[in-house]
Amino acid sequence: MNSGEDEVLDSVAVLGDPVRRRLYQEVVAAAPAAVGRDGAAAAVGISRSLAAFHLDRLVEAGLLAVTYQRLSGRTGPGAGRPAKLYQRAPGERELSLPPRSYDSVARVLADVVDRAGLDLELQSAAREAGARATAGDGPDPVTELRERGYEPYWDESALRLHNCPFRSLAEEFPALICGMNLALIEGLLPGCAGGEGWTAALDPLPEGCCVSLRSEAGAL
Amino acid sequence: MADTEFHLAQVNIGRILGPLDGPVLAGFVAQLPEINALADGAPGFVWRLVDDGGADSTSLRPDDHDDMLLINLSVWESVQALKDFTYRSDHLKVLSRRREWFERLAEHHQAMWWVPAGHLPTTAEAMQRIALLRRHGDGPEAFTFREPHPAPRTNLPTTTAV
Repeated sequence: MNSGEDEVLDSVAVLGDPVRRRLYQEVVAAAPAAVGRDGAAAAVGISRSLAAFHLDRLVEAGLLAVTYQRLSGRTGPGAGRPAKLYQRAPGERELSLPPRSYDSVARVLADVVDRAGLDLELQSAAREAGARATAGDGPDPVTELRERGYEPYWDESALRLHNCPFRSLAEEFPALICGMNLALIEGLLPGCAGGEGWTAALDPLPEGCCVSLRSEAGAL
Repeated sequence: MADTEFHLAQVNIGRILGPLDGPVLAGFVAQLPEINALADGAPGFVWRLVDDGGADSTSLRPDDHDDMLLINLSVWESVQALKDFTYRSDHLKVLSRRREWFERLAEHHQAMWWVPAGHLPTTAEAMQRIALLRRHGDGPEAFTFREPHPAPRTNLPTTTAV
């Protein structure tokens, strides 16, 4: 077993404690907002000091990161100390037993597709894969995207996706992978419950998935 | 980091799949004004090459022997500024549809290099940088997003400036 795998196993083991795991899930689910100790404690139904202990253990394990913000928005004297807030730490962890390297295969394949200029073929294959996945009995689009790890959240009338499931590949081949991702999501929508009234478009923010969606019905 | 003495020049060339006034390129041509306006207002944008029409560079042909080859040449304050515009703005919409309008060129079709702030690169200069990349691969004189090179360091105070 190599040291990298040991490190991943150590982080995963920190999530073995059920209270800690629920705190981690609460923080992740709140994204893009960061979560304070009070909020996390209330969501999980434990005391503030117990929440603080577990949240700091998650920071030590590298799973959460700390940020300081004044919750009230006030500044200057009398505004109080900035609150300690938690959010998911950057970085990716992958664990496969036994070891598998689908990522390196994806990189080689993406390189070939890119060199061959097969963007449109990739997009149509992704659209078909999306359509097959929901095929008329998918859940509603928000649930479908949440289950796929996109971490959807409403930003006024747009549904944005906090997490890019293809992040490192998309950074290396943005035109190719972001176009593929849009086609995949467009393929998913018609088979989702109530998905007919939805549209998806490339609409990147500085962070997160570059696709945003809109529903004829507006924010749900 | 933005550099006050040097700016980043970037060129890309592309062979269109049909005439600019035909149906194949219609979608591309329709989006040009919006995307160019977006570039002009983007953080870190310095300059872009335009033809006599003044709106864009679509009437310029960097190769006299190739009527279908277009050029896009611009100057930015930093690699990050160009990257943010290219991949983190609505420009990505156009980029993801590139194969509907442009051929995939087998050889390098883009290049970046550092120019002294205020210098406006010419088409000939830009084509030389692409040729350099094709001949020698990445280097400080011509590179790509894959392996960006830092701006040259000159006129720094002697010893400990890092």
